[in-house]
Amino acid sequence: MMDHAITLLLLTLAAGTPLVFAALGELVTEKSGVLNLGVEGMMLVGAVVAFIVATTSQSPWLGVAAGMAGGAALSLVFAIVTLSLHANQVASGLALSLFGIGLSAFIGLDYVSVIIEPIRPLTVHGLPDIPVVGVLLFGHNPLVYLSLALFAAIQWFLSRTRAGLVLRAVGESPQSAHAIGISVVRIRYLAVLFGGACAGLGGAYLSLVYSPSWAEGMTSGRGWIALALVVFANWKPWRVLAGAYLFGGVTLAQFQAQGMGVELPSQYLAMLPYIATIVVLAIISRNAAVIKQNAPASLGRPFHPEG
Amino acid sequence: MSPRLQLSGITKRYANVVANNAIDLTVLPGEIHAVLGENGAGKSTLMKIIYGAVKPDAGTIAWEGVPVTIANPARARRLGIGMVFQHFSLFETLTVADNIVLALENERTSVELSDRIRDVSNRYGLPLDPDRHVHTMSVGERQRVEIVRCLLQEPRLLIMDEPTSVLTPQAVDKLFATLRRLATEGCSVLYISHKLNEIRALCHKATVLRGGRVTGDCDPRHESSSSLARMMIGGELPQTQHRAAHAGADVLVVRKLTLAADDLFGTSLSDIDLSVRAGEIVGIAGVSGNGQRELMTALSGERRQDEADTVTLLGTAAGRMGAAQRRALGLAFVPEERLGRGAVPEMSLAENALLTAYRKGMVAHQFVRAGVVRDYAARTLRTYGVNAAGPDATARSLSGGNLQKFIIGRELGQHPRLLIVAQPTWGVDVGSAAQIRQALLDLRDRGGAVLVVSEELDELFEICDRLAVIAQGRLSDAKPVAETNAEEIGLLMSGVFIHRDGEGRYLRPDSSR
Amino acid sequence: MMRIRLEPRAEPSRFAGWLSPMVAAVAVVLIGLVLFSLMGRNPWHALYVFFIEPMNTLYDAGELVLKASPIMLCAVGLSIGYRANVWNIGAEGQLIMGAIAGGGVALAFHDSDSRWVLPAMFVVGAAGGMAWAAIPAFLRTRCNTNEILVSLMLVYVASLILSLLVHGAWRDPEGFNFPQSKMFAETALLPILVAGTRLNVGLFIALAAVAAGWLFMQRSLAGFQMRVAGLAPAAASYAGISSSRTVWIGMLAGGACAGLAGVGEVAGPIGQLLPVVSPGYGFAAIIVAFVGRLHPVGIFFASLLMSLLYLGGEAAQMHLALPSSVTGLFQGTLLLFLLATDVFIRFRLRIVRPPTAATAA
Repeated sequence: MMDHAITLLLLTLAAGTPLVFAALGELVTEKSGVLNLGVEGMMLVGAVVAFIVATTSQSPWLGVAAGMAGGAALSLVFAIVTLSLHANQVASGLALSLFGIGLSAFIGLDYVSVIIEPIRPLTVHGLPDIPVVGVLLFGHNPLVYLSLALFAAIQWFLSRTRAGLVLRAVGESPQSAHAIGISVVRIRYLAVLFGGACAGLGGAYLSLVYSPSWAEGMTSGRGWIALALVVFANWKPWRVLAGAYLFGGVTLAQFQAQGMGVELPSQYLAMLPYIATIVVLAIISRNAAVIKQNAPASLGRPFHPEG
Repeated sequence: MSPRLQLSGITKRYANVVANNAIDLTVLPGEIHAVLGENGAGKSTLMKIIYGAVKPDAGTIAWEGVPVTIANPARARRLGIGMVFQHFSLFETLTVADNIVLALENERTSVELSDRIRDVSNRYGLPLDPDRHVHTMSVGERQRVEIVRCLLQEPRLLIMDEPTSVLTPQAVDKLFATLRRLATEGCSVLYISHKLNEIRALCHKATVLRGGRVTGDCDPRHESSSSLARMMIGGELPQTQHRAAHAGADVLVVRKLTLAADDLFGTSLSDIDLSVRAGEIVGIAGVSGNGQRELMTALSGERRQDEADTVTLLGTAAGRMGAAQRRALGLAFVPEERLGRGAVPEMSLAENALLTAYRKGMVAHQFVRAGVVRDYAARTLRTYGVNAAGPDATARSLSGGNLQKFIIGRELGQHPRLLIVAQPTWGVDVGSAAQIRQALLDLRDRGGAVLVVSEELDELFEICDRLAVIAQGRLSDAKPVAETNAEEIGLLMSGVFIHRDGEGRYLRPDSSR
Repeated sequence: MMRIRLEPRAEPSRFAGWLSPMVAAVAVVLIGLVLFSLMGRNPWHALYVFFIEPMNTLYDAGELVLKASPIMLCAVGLSIGYRANVWNIGAEGQLIMGAIAGGGVALAFHDSDSRWVLPAMFVVGAAGGMAWAAIPAFLRTRCNTNEILVSLMLVYVASLILSLLVHGAWRDPEGFNFPQSKMFAETALLPILVAGTRLNVGLFIALAAVAAGWLFMQRSLAGFQMRVAGLAPAAASYAGISSSRTVWIGMLAGGACAGLAGVGEVAGPIGQLLPVVSPGYGFAAIIVAFVGRLHPVGIFFASLLMSLLYLGGEAAQMHLALPSSVTGLFQGTLLLFLLATDVFIRFRLRIVRPPTAATAA
């Protein structure tokens, strides 16, 4: 029973990790006042690029880096269209998702049934053999540790650094920021690129660790769930982390139920993450005042210094 | 001694207007220099050019005798130029210290800065708590944050853009004391305003702008308000015709209106009582941000009340009605924001007429009768002398004054029994402002009820029959204009009436000791 | 040194507004050329196969219009919401629910020979799409919940419900255990319009929707008020336009049209319920709505273009062994280019020289 609980915990962390990456990245993007709905597309491109580079170079870590670069490259398209060319952020984000879905399917076609060696969990001689604590502390995949480090870094960056303060200020009021001499567009570019790289990293985790393979649309809506998580988390990093693991747990339910011999068509359990997202979103957004207090005030609004 | 700042031939063109045309301006060290001009004369553009927020198309800037290019605000600040904006450049969710640290390039965190903030703010009589969040502060306090933020950079030129519109008359005196002290310490001040008596009281020199050009300069201490006005508008100040009031029955009655703020940064209304009768103009004075916006949305029906009888319109309990239903009863409303609320910027004037006047025969069987709509818009343009290309011109293409005339004309064309107007002449040129005030007086004389909210005391005294003051979400009793004066209203604006004695009289600060 | 700078226009340019969809379409063709040559195909031949061949024969032309109809329907419905900033991106799910509801009627009355089966399918199908769209509408108006995310999540749920039905309760008992329903009876199928093609009378439903959409948005007071709500929400609230009514109209219009499109598919070219009833028409319609400038006439032409991209993708797969996913790539490219070139509606390019002593006379 103990073993089962530990396995479940490990699996939950593993299932939540792609959401941690993508949602933390989107949180930073949104903190600057930019709403990028293209997370699903960026994750998919990250996943396919990471997979292709990892198979051809035989280096999974090069694949991870390439996945980040792929996500960032796609987000650069979004940044140019919305920040330099002043296009509507909602429409551009949707376009980016559709584009990313098409692009990833296109370039990944020859890799659909390729099998690769996944990135393995760390094995520090004997440490994971310590009962319970050993596995819980040392039994994870390196990318899981990376996601936790990313969380800590973002938390520190937003609350403790001058650059984090500047980022929050830009999201709060780009007009004021411009007036006191902050380069709004430059900060927003960086925030969008960071979000893209994180989404790409989340995708890379999926194709190199979680289900080491490539399939069209393999994120199955995780990008959209990551967007929902940011709202759920009220733009607070620790709540993103908690929410991601919560949803990780929900996606596991279907495998668990099957394992326990529950006689239910698989579709019911497959619906769970999506329905859970809707229910959670509805409950969270009921309190409009809290959302308004925490959401970056300029979220989704275009900014032109003279326009 | 070389001038602190010298502009020559500064020119800035926008898509369809020349905002600044070959402007020359010289500011000496320690000088309080007024830039005077009515709305649209190009004052704000000129200041933004000096502050590096807007790039000029032509012209040169010399700073302490050296030609410079001010590419951005950061560069301006490094030169020693500070600016206090009319619309503050503050971040509401951040603390005072965070707001200040963001503007200072060499400061890393707000902690070590707090002592310096306290020090400077006390030295200049601008008390501030560095740890407070800006959204909890009044508009006057926010201005202090802006000023202290500038002072911490030890500026040698301080630009103040219409600073007194957010202050009570008493607070204006305090601000002037601060500015005079700065000037004696050698800091130059560029003071932008359209308020003539303030400029005469404060400034050593004045440069007058009209239509983007310099039309004169003078020592305002030796000028009269009317001579300054002639330079500013190129003619005599237009006068409105004022007839005796014949107030009739109550049209609008507000009883114990209490409304929680709809967001964190808003003001809650409490226990507001107010009545407006047919054939009178009631004014509401107050420093902005004291609940005016909330009161307007509550009266217009944009926010409904829980109890129907909180707001009675022409005898009908309307508290739970929405904006469209209240309009059907005979209410018309001109909001403070013209573009985006009173009018849709991207839509034509005809479509903007349809926005609120659709009950005037513009719709048959749910479909729009385009001809009727155009006629209404064209008639509004003619009647109120709106300078526009025609009913197909977009709202965005009109100047502030012309758009305001159009919106007021559109509302008056619906023959309202009650007209509510917020900031009727804010940002409007002098000629249009006089026309607008006259239109309000004419409606009153025809037996209409008018409620005016304004931050311009002079305007309220000119057109109103009774005056009330709003402060911290509470409203004072309305007094006949003849029985009060600017000093009393100014005191009320600081909220003294909120503390009443046992018999309901206001306790003045000096009598409460 | 000279610099190129974007400068706001005094008035938005109508010319640029009509030009940018054309520029975007041309850009997609150019990218196609580059892509095809990179993949080692003769680019001109590939271009011919992709964009011309699908229109060669009468049958092909019929296919073009046949595929355009559901996209057109969905896009007209979506555009009504988009005009009012109601972002329904779940048309795909509403289409599936329409197909399920309409298909359910067809299966329930499989043995009936009444003329009313087909109309009933469309009514119930539209209701199914509307019911699915009502969920995000309800949550948005009651709980202030983001309709983008809810409507999208419901796409996944709808396709799982369809999968559940065709694998279970509605599976054809004589279908060799394949996940599919019975073939619909003749009374539940749309009559063919032109002999020798698969084009059916569903086209008229799409055209009627285009006409109705135009009347509503351009001529009615309610349509005007939807546009106000999209352009200036504060002005809408000022004029007393109810924001929840706006959300409901926008969402239900999208849901009803998508539901009709879903019935059109199962009562038309498919003729039964399958696990997949749409190759992403509901998503393609988002692109079509924007490329068509949220205007019914524009949507008419944009949906033909989008249909061509689908058919071109199929042709490229068959004749050139190119992956059909190139269609998705082209769709995304089209929208991104459109949004990028839209900048010239509100801005123009200006070459600026920094002020020098010489220019300051």
